[in-house]
Amino acid sequence: MSIKIEHLNYIYSRGTAYEKQALKDICLEIPHGEFVGIIGHTGSGKSTLIQHLNGLIKATEGTILYNGEDIYGEYYNMKELRSQVGLVFQYPEHQLFEVDVLSDVCFGPKNQGLSKEECEQRAREALKLVGLKEKYYQSSPFELSGGQKRRAAIAGVLAMRPKVLILDEPTAGLDPKGRDEILDQIAYLHKNTDMTVILVSHSMEDIAKYADRIIVMNQGQVMYNGTPKEVFAHYKELEAVGLAAPQVTYIMHELAERGLDVELFATTVAEAADSIMEVVGND
Amino acid sequence: MIRDITIGQYYPAKSVLHRLDPRVKLVATVLYLISLFMFKNITGYFAATVFLLTLIRISKVPLKYILRGMKPIIMLLMITLLFNLFLIKEGEVLVSVWILSITEGGLRNAVLMGVRLIYLITGSSLMTFTTTPNELTDGIESLLKPLGRIHVPVHEIAMMMSIALRFIPILLEETDKIMKAQIARGADLESGNILQKAKSMIPILVPLFVSAFRRANDLAMAMEARCYRGGEGRTKMKPLRYTGADRAAYVIVLLYVTGVILIGRYVPFRIWIF
Repeated sequence: MSIKIEHLNYIYSRGTAYEKQALKDICLEIPHGEFVGIIGHTGSGKSTLIQHLNGLIKATEGTILYNGEDIYGEYYNMKELRSQVGLVFQYPEHQLFEVDVLSDVCFGPKNQGLSKEECEQRAREALKLVGLKEKYYQSSPFELSGGQKRRAAIAGVLAMRPKVLILDEPTAGLDPKGRDEILDQIAYLHKNTDMTVILVSHSMEDIAKYADRIIVMNQGQVMYNGTPKEVFAHYKELEAVGLAAPQVTYIMHELAERGLDVELFATTVAEAADSIMEVVGND
Repeated sequence: MIRDITIGQYYPAKSVLHRLDPRVKLVATVLYLISLFMFKNITGYFAATVFLLTLIRISKVPLKYILRGMKPIIMLLMITLLFNLFLIKEGEVLVSVWILSITEGGLRNAVLMGVRLIYLITGSSLMTFTTTPNELTDGIESLLKPLGRIHVPVHEIAMMMSIALRFIPILLEETDKIMKAQIARGADLESGNILQKAKSMIPILVPLFVSAFRRANDLAMAMEARCYRGGEGRTKMKPLRYTGADRAAYVIVLLYVTGVILIGRYVPFRIWIF
Protein backbone atom coordinates (compact mmCIF):
# COMPACT_ATOMS: atom_id res chain seq x y z
CA MET A 1 0.00 0.00 0.00
CA SER A 2 2.58 2.53 -0.93
CA ILE A 3 3.10 5.12 -3.58
CA LYS A 4 6.45 5.34 -5.25
CA ILE A 5 7.33 8.12 -7.66
CA GLU A 6 10.41 7.71 -9.82
CA HIS A 7 12.05 10.48 -11.84
CA LEU A 8 8.79 12.21 -12.62
CA ASN A 9 8.86 15.07 -15.13
CA TYR A 10 5.90 17.04 -16.38
CA ILE A 11 5.86 19.72 -19.08
CA TYR A 12 2.80 21.87 -19.78
CA SER A 13 1.65 22.86 -23.29
CA ARG A 14 4.62 21.36 -25.02
CA GLY A 15 5.64 23.03 -28.26
CA THR A 16 3.86 26.35 -27.68
CA ALA A 17 4.79 29.73 -26.28
CA TYR A 18 3.25 28.64 -22.99
CA GLU A 19 5.56 25.65 -22.54
CA LYS A 20 6.61 25.25 -18.93
CA GLN A 21 8.27 22.50 -16.96
CA ALA A 22 6.02 22.10 -13.94
CA LEU A 23 7.79 19.15 -12.33
CA LYS A 24 11.48 18.29 -12.48
CA ASP A 25 12.81 14.85 -11.66
CA ILE A 26 10.63 14.09 -8.65
CA CYS A 27 11.53 10.96 -6.66
CA LEU A 28 9.38 10.22 -3.61
CA GLU A 29 8.08 7.33 -1.60
CA ILE A 30 4.96 7.54 0.50
CA PRO A 31 4.46 4.45 2.69
CA HIS A 32 1.04 3.25 3.76
CA GLY A 33 -0.61 4.98 6.69
CA GLU A 34 1.59 8.03 6.77
CA PHE A 35 0.35 11.61 7.19
CA VAL A 36 2.35 13.62 4.69
CA GLY A 37 2.29 17.38 4.31
CA ILE A 38 3.27 19.03 1.04
CA ILE A 39 4.12 22.71 1.17
CA GLY A 40 5.24 25.11 -1.46
CA HIS A 41 4.48 28.38 -3.11
CA THR A 42 1.75 29.01 -5.67
CA GLY A 43 3.18 27.57 -8.87
CA SER A 44 5.69 25.31 -7.12
CA GLY A 45 4.06 22.26 -8.70
CA LYS A 46 2.33 20.78 -5.66
CA SER A 47 -1.14 20.65 -7.22
CA THR A 48 0.30 19.21 -10.43
CA LEU A 49 2.15 16.57 -8.44
CA ILE A 50 -0.89 15.30 -6.57
CA GLN A 51 -2.96 15.11 -9.75
CA HIS A 52 -0.43 12.59 -11.00
CA LEU A 53 -1.10 10.31 -8.07
CA ASN A 54 -4.54 9.25 -9.29
CA GLY A 55 -3.69 9.43 -12.95
CA LEU A 56 -5.56 12.65 -13.83
CA ILE A 57 -2.39 13.99 -15.41
CA LYS A 58 -0.05 11.73 -17.29
CA ALA A 59 3.62 12.37 -16.64
CA THR A 60 5.79 13.46 -19.54
CA GLU A 61 8.53 11.17 -18.21
CA GLY A 62 8.97 8.88 -15.24
CA THR A 63 6.92 6.23 -13.51
CA ILE A 64 4.52 6.02 -10.59
CA LEU A 65 4.12 2.73 -8.76
CA TYR A 66 1.01 2.18 -6.65
CA ASN A 67 1.45 -0.93 -4.51
CA GLY A 68 4.30 -1.87 -6.78
CA GLU A 69 2.23 -1.67 -9.97
CA ASP A 70 3.06 0.80 -12.72
CA ILE A 71 -0.02 2.97 -13.16
CA TYR A 72 0.99 3.78 -16.74
CA GLY A 73 1.07 0.07 -17.58
CA GLU A 74 -0.99 -1.05 -20.56
CA TYR A 75 -3.61 -3.01 -18.64
CA TYR A 76 -3.68 -0.91 -15.50
CA ASN A 77 -7.17 -0.23 -14.16
CA MET A 78 -7.27 3.57 -13.80
CA LYS A 79 -10.82 3.53 -12.48
CA GLU A 80 -9.83 1.25 -9.63
CA LEU A 81 -6.87 3.51 -8.86
CA ARG A 82 -9.16 6.53 -8.69
CA SER A 83 -11.46 4.82 -6.25
CA GLN A 84 -8.51 3.91 -4.04
CA VAL A 85 -6.75 7.26 -4.22
CA GLY A 86 -9.33 9.90 -3.33
CA LEU A 87 -8.47 13.44 -4.37
CA VAL A 88 -10.18 16.46 -2.84
CA PHE A 89 -9.52 19.48 -5.02
CA GLN A 90 -9.07 23.06 -3.95
CA TYR A 91 -12.49 24.63 -3.34
CA PRO A 92 -14.16 21.22 -3.65
CA GLU A 93 -17.57 22.83 -3.08
CA HIS A 94 -17.37 24.00 -6.72
CA GLN A 95 -18.02 20.43 -7.83
CA LEU A 96 -21.38 20.03 -6.05
CA PHE A 97 -24.23 19.54 -8.50
CA GLU A 98 -27.00 17.32 -7.17
CA VAL A 99 -30.41 18.38 -5.88
CA ASP A 100 -29.62 17.42 -2.31
CA VAL A 101 -26.52 16.79 -0.22
CA LEU A 102 -27.07 13.07 0.21
CA SER A 103 -27.38 12.36 -3.52
CA ASP A 104 -24.29 14.42 -4.19
CA VAL A 105 -22.25 12.38 -1.75
CA CYS A 106 -23.70 9.23 -3.37
CA PHE A 107 -22.22 10.21 -6.74
CA GLY A 108 -18.82 8.63 -6.03
CA PRO A 109 -20.05 5.28 -4.67
CA LYS A 110 -22.64 5.11 -7.47
CA ASN A 111 -19.81 5.39 -10.01
CA GLN A 112 -18.10 2.53 -8.21
CA GLY A 113 -21.12 0.42 -9.15
CA LEU A 114 -22.57 -0.08 -5.67
CA SER A 115 -26.26 -0.66 -4.98
CA LYS A 116 -28.50 2.24 -4.00
CA GLU A 117 -28.76 1.13 -0.38
CA GLU A 118 -25.04 0.69 -0.05
CA CYS A 119 -24.39 4.10 -1.63
CA GLU A 120 -26.69 5.75 0.86
CA GLN A 121 -25.22 3.92 3.77
CA ARG A 122 -21.73 4.98 2.76
CA ALA A 123 -22.87 8.54 2.14
CA ARG A 124 -24.42 8.78 5.60
CA GLU A 125 -21.29 7.34 7.13
CA ALA A 126 -19.07 9.84 5.25
CA LEU A 127 -21.28 12.77 6.16
CA LYS A 128 -21.11 11.73 9.80
CA LEU A 129 -17.31 11.53 9.55
CA VAL A 130 -17.03 15.13 8.32
CA GLY A 131 -19.45 16.25 11.00
CA LEU A 132 -22.32 17.52 8.88
CA LYS A 133 -25.62 17.46 10.78
CA GLU A 134 -28.38 15.14 9.58
CA LYS A 135 -30.85 17.97 9.08
CA TYR A 136 -28.81 19.15 6.08
CA TYR A 137 -28.83 15.82 4.22
CA GLN A 138 -31.98 16.64 2.26
CA SER A 139 -31.24 20.32 1.58
CA SER A 140 -29.75 21.65 -1.64
CA PRO A 141 -25.94 21.81 -1.46
CA PHE A 142 -26.15 25.37 -2.78
CA GLU A 143 -28.04 26.52 0.32
CA LEU A 144 -25.32 25.51 2.76
CA SER A 145 -22.72 27.85 4.22
CA GLY A 146 -19.16 27.84 2.89
CA GLY A 147 -17.81 25.51 5.58
CA GLN A 148 -20.74 23.12 5.30
CA LYS A 149 -20.40 22.96 1.53
CA ARG A 150 -16.74 22.09 1.94
CA ARG A 151 -17.62 19.29 4.37
CA ALA A 152 -20.23 17.90 2.02
CA ALA A 153 -17.70 17.92 -0.84
CA ILE A 154 -15.04 16.18 1.24
CA ALA A 155 -17.65 13.60 2.24
CA GLY A 156 -18.24 13.04 -1.48
CA VAL A 157 -14.71 11.70 -1.76
CA LEU A 158 -14.67 9.88 1.60
CA ALA A 159 -17.82 7.97 0.64
CA MET A 160 -15.72 6.11 -1.93
CA ARG A 161 -13.67 4.73 1.01
CA PRO A 162 -10.29 5.60 -0.47
CA LYS A 163 -7.12 4.03 0.91
CA VAL A 164 -5.22 7.23 0.24
CA LEU A 165 -6.82 10.61 0.82
CA ILE A 166 -5.25 13.63 -0.87
CA LEU A 167 -6.47 17.09 0.07
CA ASP A 168 -5.42 20.18 -1.87
CA GLU A 169 -5.61 23.20 0.44
CA PRO A 170 -8.75 21.97 2.19
CA THR A 171 -8.91 25.06 4.38
CA ALA A 172 -8.46 27.80 1.75
CA GLY A 173 -11.00 30.56 2.26
CA LEU A 174 -12.38 29.24 5.55
CA ASP A 175 -12.45 31.14 8.83
CA PRO A 176 -10.08 30.01 11.64
CA LYS A 177 -12.78 27.99 13.38
CA GLY A 178 -13.82 26.17 10.19
CA ARG A 179 -10.17 25.56 9.40
CA ASP A 180 -9.39 23.95 12.75
CA GLU A 181 -12.53 21.84 12.64
CA ILE A 182 -11.76 20.44 9.22
CA LEU A 183 -8.12 19.74 10.00
CA ASP A 184 -9.00 18.09 13.32
CA GLN A 185 -11.52 15.94 11.50
CA ILE A 186 -8.87 14.87 9.00
CA ALA A 187 -6.41 14.08 11.79
CA TYR A 188 -9.14 12.06 13.53
CA LEU A 189 -9.80 10.14 10.33
CA HIS A 190 -6.14 9.38 9.91
CA LYS A 191 -5.86 8.14 13.48
CA ASN A 192 -8.94 5.94 13.42
CA THR A 193 -8.68 4.40 9.97
CA ASP A 194 -5.53 3.15 8.30
CA MET A 195 -5.81 5.76 5.59
CA THR A 196 -2.75 7.45 4.12
CA VAL A 197 -3.31 11.22 4.16
CA ILE A 198 -1.53 13.69 1.93
CA LEU A 199 -2.26 17.28 2.88
CA VAL A 200 -1.28 20.13 0.59
CA SER A 201 -1.12 23.51 2.26
CA HIS A 202 0.94 26.61 2.54
CA SER A 203 0.36 27.12 6.20
CA MET A 204 3.41 25.88 8.09
CA GLU A 205 1.50 25.87 11.35
CA ASP A 206 -1.15 23.49 10.04
CA ILE A 207 1.32 21.12 8.50
CA ALA A 208 3.67 21.15 11.49
CA LYS A 209 0.79 20.29 13.79
CA TYR A 210 -0.49 17.27 11.87
CA ALA A 211 2.07 15.81 9.49
CA ASP A 212 4.55 12.99 10.23
CA ARG A 213 6.62 14.09 7.30
CA ILE A 214 6.92 17.27 5.28
CA ILE A 215 7.77 17.61 1.61
CA VAL A 216 8.77 21.10 0.54
CA MET A 217 8.33 21.88 -3.14
CA ASN A 218 10.07 24.74 -4.88
CA GLN A 219 9.99 25.51 -8.61
CA GLY A 220 8.88 22.03 -9.56
CA GLN A 221 11.46 20.23 -7.44
CA VAL A 222 11.51 18.58 -4.04
CA MET A 223 13.54 20.93 -1.87
CA TYR A 224 13.28 19.13 1.49
CA ASN A 225 11.76 15.85 2.53
CA GLY A 226 11.82 14.92 6.21
CA THR A 227 10.20 15.17 9.63
CA PRO A 228 8.92 18.61 10.67
CA LYS A 229 11.94 19.07 12.91
CA GLU A 230 14.41 18.25 10.13
CA VAL A 231 12.66 20.50 7.66
CA PHE A 232 12.21 23.49 9.95
CA ALA A 233 15.88 23.32 10.92
CA HIS A 234 16.35 24.88 7.47
CA TYR A 235 14.18 27.83 8.37
CA LYS A 236 16.66 30.33 6.93
CA GLU A 237 16.62 28.59 3.54
CA LEU A 238 12.84 28.29 3.66
CA GLU A 239 12.65 32.02 4.17
CA ALA A 240 14.90 32.61 1.19
CA VAL A 241 12.36 30.92 -1.10
CA GLY A 242 9.47 32.85 0.41
CA LEU A 243 8.21 30.22 2.84
CA ALA A 244 8.57 30.39 6.60
CA ALA A 245 8.86 28.09 9.57
CA PRO A 246 6.05 28.12 12.15
CA GLN A 247 6.06 31.18 14.36
CA VAL A 248 7.13 29.18 17.41
CA THR A 249 10.39 28.27 15.67
CA TYR A 250 11.25 31.97 15.55
CA ILE A 251 10.31 32.52 19.18
CA MET A 252 12.44 29.58 20.29
CA HIS A 253 15.45 30.86 18.36
CA GLU A 254 14.99 34.32 19.79
CA LEU A 255 14.75 32.89 23.33
CA ALA A 256 17.88 30.82 22.78
CA GLU A 257 19.72 33.90 21.57
CA ARG A 258 18.83 35.66 24.80
CA GLY A 259 20.31 32.84 26.83
CA LEU A 260 17.39 30.54 27.53
CA ASP A 261 18.29 26.89 26.99
CA VAL A 262 15.11 25.81 25.15
CA GLU A 263 14.45 23.11 22.56
CA LEU A 264 15.31 24.95 19.33
CA PHE A 265 13.15 23.05 16.91
CA ALA A 266 9.87 22.78 18.68
CA THR A 267 7.35 22.84 15.84
CA THR A 268 4.03 23.15 17.65
CA VAL A 269 2.86 25.58 20.29
CA ALA A 270 2.31 22.76 22.79
CA GLU A 271 5.86 21.46 22.35
CA ALA A 272 7.27 24.94 22.73
CA ALA A 273 5.27 25.59 25.87
CA ASP A 274 6.53 22.33 27.44
CA SER A 275 10.10 23.15 26.61
CA ILE A 276 9.87 26.68 28.00
CA MET A 277 8.19 25.46 31.18
CA GLU A 278 10.94 22.93 31.67
CA VAL A 279 13.65 25.56 31.46
CA VAL A 280 11.83 28.20 33.46
CA GLY A 281 10.66 25.64 36.02
CA ASN A 282 14.28 24.63 36.70
CA ASP A 283 15.20 28.15 37.72
CA MET B 1 -7.11 18.13 -22.28
CA ILE B 2 -9.16 21.23 -22.82
CA ARG B 3 -6.10 23.44 -22.98
CA ASP B 4 -5.56 22.33 -26.57
CA ILE B 5 -8.33 24.50 -27.97
CA THR B 6 -6.39 27.37 -29.52
CA ILE B 7 -8.87 28.90 -31.96
CA GLY B 8 -9.63 32.54 -31.18
CA GLN B 9 -6.92 32.85 -28.56
CA TYR B 10 -4.06 35.30 -28.34
CA TYR B 11 -0.54 34.08 -29.03
CA PRO B 12 2.07 36.31 -27.42
CA ALA B 13 5.04 37.15 -29.65
CA LYS B 14 6.89 40.22 -30.81
CA SER B 15 6.15 40.88 -34.45
CA VAL B 16 5.12 43.67 -36.77
CA LEU B 17 1.63 42.18 -36.94
CA HIS B 18 1.30 42.18 -33.17
CA ARG B 19 2.19 45.86 -33.05
CA LEU B 20 -0.24 47.03 -35.74
CA ASP B 21 -3.27 49.08 -34.78
CA PRO B 22 -6.21 46.73 -34.19
CA ARG B 23 -8.38 48.80 -36.57
CA VAL B 24 -5.97 48.06 -39.41
CA LYS B 25 -6.10 44.36 -38.64
CA LEU B 26 -9.88 44.32 -38.44
CA VAL B 27 -10.38 46.19 -41.71
CA ALA B 28 -7.69 44.09 -43.39
CA THR B 29 -9.29 40.86 -42.21
CA VAL B 30 -12.70 41.87 -43.51
CA LEU B 31 -11.22 42.90 -46.88
CA TYR B 32 -9.24 39.67 -47.04
CA LEU B 33 -12.32 37.58 -46.33
CA ILE B 34 -14.33 39.38 -49.01
CA SER B 35 -11.51 39.09 -51.53
CA LEU B 36 -11.45 35.31 -51.09
CA PHE B 37 -14.86 35.14 -52.75
CA MET B 38 -14.17 37.56 -55.57
CA PHE B 39 -12.18 35.37 -57.95
CA LYS B 40 -12.54 32.04 -59.70
CA ASN B 41 -9.25 31.21 -61.38
CA ILE B 42 -6.67 29.08 -59.67
CA THR B 43 -4.11 31.87 -60.11
CA GLY B 44 -6.01 33.85 -57.49
CA TYR B 45 -5.56 30.96 -55.06
CA PHE B 46 -1.82 30.98 -55.67
CA ALA B 47 -1.67 34.67 -54.87
CA ALA B 48 -3.76 34.20 -51.72
CA THR B 49 -1.54 31.32 -50.57
CA VAL B 50 1.62 33.36 -50.98
CA PHE B 51 0.08 36.30 -49.11
CA LEU B 52 -1.22 34.18 -46.25
CA LEU B 53 2.02 32.25 -45.79
CA THR B 54 4.02 35.50 -45.79
CA LEU B 55 1.75 36.94 -43.11
CA ILE B 56 2.05 33.81 -40.95
CA ARG B 57 5.80 34.01 -41.31
CA ILE B 58 5.84 37.68 -40.28
CA SER B 59 3.50 37.04 -37.33
CA LYS B 60 5.96 34.58 -35.73
CA VAL B 61 3.06 32.32 -34.75
CA PRO B 62 4.23 28.74 -35.42
CA LEU B 63 2.39 27.14 -38.34
CA LYS B 64 1.91 24.01 -36.24
CA TYR B 65 0.08 26.03 -33.61
CA ILE B 66 -2.28 27.50 -36.21
CA LEU B 67 -2.99 24.10 -37.75
CA ARG B 68 -3.75 22.63 -34.35
CA GLY B 69 -6.40 25.32 -33.93
CA MET B 70 -8.19 23.93 -37.01
CA LYS B 71 -9.14 20.68 -35.28
CA PRO B 72 -12.54 21.83 -33.98
CA ILE B 73 -13.73 22.84 -37.46
CA ILE B 74 -12.76 19.67 -39.29
CA MET B 75 -16.32 18.35 -38.95
CA LEU B 76 -17.79 21.48 -40.50
CA LEU B 77 -15.24 21.33 -43.26
CA MET B 78 -16.01 17.70 -44.06
CA ILE B 79 -19.75 18.31 -44.25
CA THR B 80 -19.29 21.23 -46.62
CA LEU B 81 -16.93 19.24 -48.78
CA LEU B 82 -19.26 16.23 -49.02
CA PHE B 83 -22.23 18.39 -49.91
CA ASN B 84 -20.30 20.12 -52.65
CA LEU B 85 -18.79 16.91 -53.89
CA PHE B 86 -22.02 14.97 -54.34
CA LEU B 87 -24.70 17.55 -54.90
CA ILE B 88 -23.20 19.72 -57.62
CA LYS B 89 -23.87 18.26 -61.04
CA GLU B 90 -21.81 20.08 -63.63
CA GLY B 91 -19.77 18.87 -66.54
CA GLU B 92 -18.49 15.35 -67.11
CA VAL B 93 -19.15 12.55 -64.62
CA LEU B 94 -15.85 11.34 -63.12
CA VAL B 95 -16.95 8.51 -60.81
CA SER B 96 -20.34 6.97 -60.30
CA VAL B 97 -21.25 4.52 -57.56
CA TRP B 98 -24.84 3.46 -56.84
CA ILE B 99 -26.92 6.68 -56.75
CA LEU B 100 -23.92 8.85 -55.97
CA SER B 101 -21.84 10.42 -58.65
CA ILE B 102 -19.01 12.88 -58.68
CA THR B 103 -18.84 15.36 -61.50
CA GLU B 104 -16.04 17.61 -62.63
CA GLY B 105 -17.87 20.62 -61.30
CA GLY B 106 -18.56 18.92 -57.97
CA LEU B 107 -14.94 17.97 -57.38
CA ARG B 108 -13.76 21.39 -58.45
CA ASN B 109 -16.19 23.17 -56.17
CA ALA B 110 -15.49 20.88 -53.21
CA VAL B 111 -11.74 21.38 -53.38
CA LEU B 112 -11.88 25.12 -53.95
CA MET B 113 -14.52 25.62 -51.27
CA GLY B 114 -12.39 23.63 -48.84
CA VAL B 115 -9.35 25.75 -49.58
CA ARG B 116 -11.43 28.91 -49.22
CA LEU B 117 -12.79 27.85 -45.85
CA ILE B 118 -9.36 26.93 -44.55
CA TYR B 119 -7.95 30.27 -45.72
CA LEU B 120 -10.90 32.09 -44.23
CA ILE B 121 -10.36 30.54 -40.83
CA THR B 122 -6.58 30.77 -40.93
CA GLY B 123 -6.80 34.44 -41.91
CA SER B 124 -9.23 35.40 -39.18
CA SER B 125 -7.51 33.35 -36.52
CA LEU B 126 -4.25 35.01 -37.48
CA MET B 127 -5.93 38.25 -36.43
CA THR B 128 -6.99 36.88 -33.04
CA PHE B 129 -3.57 35.29 -32.54
CA THR B 130 -1.86 38.65 -32.97
CA THR B 131 -4.40 40.90 -31.24
CA THR B 132 -5.22 40.82 -27.54
CA PRO B 133 -8.94 40.73 -26.72
CA ASN B 134 -8.71 44.22 -25.28
CA GLU B 135 -7.13 45.66 -28.41
CA LEU B 136 -9.72 43.88 -30.49
CA THR B 137 -12.68 45.39 -28.67
CA ASP B 138 -10.99 48.80 -28.64
CA GLY B 139 -10.67 48.52 -32.38
CA ILE B 140 -14.26 47.43 -32.87
CA GLU B 141 -15.52 50.20 -30.62
CA SER B 142 -13.57 52.79 -32.51
CA LEU B 143 -14.64 51.49 -35.94
CA LEU B 144 -18.30 51.33 -34.96
CA LYS B 145 -18.36 54.75 -33.31
CA PRO B 146 -20.35 56.35 -36.17
CA LEU B 147 -23.23 54.01 -35.29
CA GLY B 148 -23.47 55.73 -31.91
CA ARG B 149 -25.18 58.62 -33.68
CA ILE B 150 -28.15 56.43 -34.47
CA HIS B 151 -28.28 55.34 -30.80
CA VAL B 152 -26.54 52.01 -31.12
CA PRO B 153 -24.89 51.36 -27.71
CA VAL B 154 -21.46 50.82 -29.24
CA HIS B 155 -19.49 51.07 -26.01
CA GLU B 156 -21.74 48.64 -24.18
CA ILE B 157 -21.54 46.11 -27.00
CA ALA B 158 -17.77 46.40 -27.04
CA MET B 159 -17.61 46.00 -23.25
CA MET B 160 -19.80 42.88 -23.40
CA MET B 161 -17.56 41.46 -26.09
CA SER B 162 -14.40 42.08 -24.18
CA ILE B 163 -15.85 40.52 -21.04
CA ALA B 164 -17.04 37.51 -23.00
CA LEU B 165 -13.62 37.08 -24.59
CA ARG B 166 -11.88 37.56 -21.28
CA PHE B 167 -13.95 34.80 -19.73
CA ILE B 168 -13.24 32.16 -22.37
CA PRO B 169 -9.92 31.03 -20.89
CA ILE B 170 -11.27 31.31 -17.33
CA LEU B 171 -14.26 29.14 -18.08
CA LEU B 172 -12.11 26.66 -19.99
CA GLU B 173 -9.86 26.32 -16.98
CA GLU B 174 -12.88 25.97 -14.72
CA THR B 175 -14.31 23.24 -16.95
CA ASP B 176 -11.01 21.42 -16.85
CA LYS B 177 -10.96 21.59 -13.06
CA ILE B 178 -14.55 20.43 -12.63
CA MET B 179 -14.03 17.59 -15.11
CA LYS B 180 -11.00 16.44 -13.19
CA ALA B 181 -12.83 16.67 -9.88
CA GLN B 182 -15.70 14.54 -11.17
CA ILE B 183 -13.36 12.04 -12.83
CA ALA B 184 -11.61 11.77 -9.48
CA ARG B 185 -15.00 10.80 -8.05
CA GLY B 186 -15.27 8.06 -10.63
CA ALA B 187 -17.33 9.87 -13.28
CA ASP B 188 -17.13 8.19 -16.67
CA LEU B 189 -17.25 10.79 -19.43
CA GLU B 190 -16.16 8.72 -22.38
CA SER B 191 -18.06 5.47 -22.73
CA GLY B 192 -21.76 4.91 -23.40
CA ASN B 193 -24.14 6.01 -26.12
CA ILE B 194 -25.12 9.61 -26.87
CA LEU B 195 -27.87 9.66 -24.25
CA GLN B 196 -25.58 8.33 -21.51
CA LYS B 197 -22.86 10.74 -22.57
CA ALA B 198 -25.27 13.67 -22.40
CA LYS B 199 -26.36 12.54 -18.95
CA SER B 200 -22.79 12.27 -17.78
CA MET B 201 -22.32 15.96 -18.65
CA ILE B 202 -24.74 17.06 -15.92
CA PRO B 203 -22.16 16.83 -13.10
CA ILE B 204 -19.98 19.15 -15.16
CA LEU B 205 -22.52 21.59 -16.57
CA VAL B 206 -24.33 22.34 -13.31
CA PRO B 207 -21.21 23.43 -11.39
CA LEU B 208 -19.99 25.29 -14.49
CA PHE B 209 -23.18 27.34 -14.73
CA VAL B 210 -23.19 28.03 -11.01
CA SER B 211 -19.62 29.25 -11.22
CA ALA B 212 -20.29 31.37 -14.32
CA PHE B 213 -23.14 33.14 -12.53
CA ARG B 214 -21.03 33.60 -9.42
CA ARG B 215 -18.23 35.13 -11.45
CA ALA B 216 -20.60 37.39 -13.38
CA ASN B 217 -22.07 38.59 -10.12
CA ASP B 218 -18.64 39.29 -8.64
CA LEU B 219 -17.52 41.15 -11.74
CA ALA B 220 -20.65 43.31 -11.85
CA MET B 221 -20.11 44.16 -8.20
CA ALA B 222 -16.44 45.02 -8.75
CA MET B 223 -17.29 47.23 -11.73
CA GLU B 224 -19.95 49.10 -9.80
CA ALA B 225 -17.62 49.54 -6.86
CA ARG B 226 -15.31 51.37 -9.27
CA CYS B 227 -18.15 53.58 -10.47
CA TYR B 228 -18.57 52.06 -13.92
CA ARG B 229 -21.73 53.50 -15.48
CA GLY B 230 -21.47 52.88 -19.21
CA GLY B 231 -19.68 54.63 -22.01
CA GLU B 232 -20.90 58.19 -21.66
CA GLY B 233 -18.06 60.60 -20.98
CA ARG B 234 -15.59 57.75 -20.54
CA THR B 235 -12.05 58.37 -21.79
CA LYS B 236 -9.35 55.89 -22.68
CA MET B 237 -6.01 55.39 -21.01
CA LYS B 238 -4.42 54.38 -24.30
CA PRO B 239 -6.37 55.94 -27.17
CA LEU B 240 -5.72 54.33 -30.56
CA ARG B 241 -3.48 56.33 -32.88
CA TYR B 242 -2.35 55.43 -36.40
CA THR B 243 1.40 55.33 -37.09
CA GLY B 244 3.39 55.13 -40.32
CA ALA B 245 3.40 51.34 -40.17
CA ASP B 246 -0.39 51.27 -39.93
CA ARG B 247 -0.77 53.48 -43.00
CA ALA B 248 1.71 51.32 -44.89
CA ALA B 249 -0.28 48.24 -43.86
CA TYR B 250 -3.49 49.76 -45.26
CA VAL B 251 -1.74 50.38 -48.56
CA ILE B 252 -0.33 46.85 -48.71
CA VAL B 253 -3.72 45.29 -47.98
CA LEU B 254 -5.47 47.41 -50.61
CA LEU B 255 -2.79 46.51 -53.15
CA TYR B 256 -3.16 42.83 -52.29
CA VAL B 257 -6.94 42.87 -52.56
CA THR B 258 -6.97 44.62 -55.96
CA GLY B 259 -4.08 42.45 -57.11
CA VAL B 260 -5.62 39.15 -56.12
CA ILE B 261 -8.98 40.02 -57.65
CA LEU B 262 -7.40 41.14 -60.92
CA ILE B 263 -5.13 38.11 -61.13
CA GLY B 264 -7.88 35.71 -60.10
CA ARG B 265 -10.27 37.08 -62.70
CA TYR B 266 -8.17 37.95 -65.68
CA VAL B 267 -5.15 35.67 -65.67
CA PRO B 268 -6.48 32.40 -67.01
CA PHE B 269 -4.46 29.32 -66.14
CA ARG B 270 -5.76 25.83 -65.71
CA ILE B 271 -4.43 22.63 -64.24
CA TRP B 272 -6.65 19.67 -65.20
CA ILE B 273 -10.18 20.68 -64.14
CA PHE B 274 -9.22 23.51 -61.83
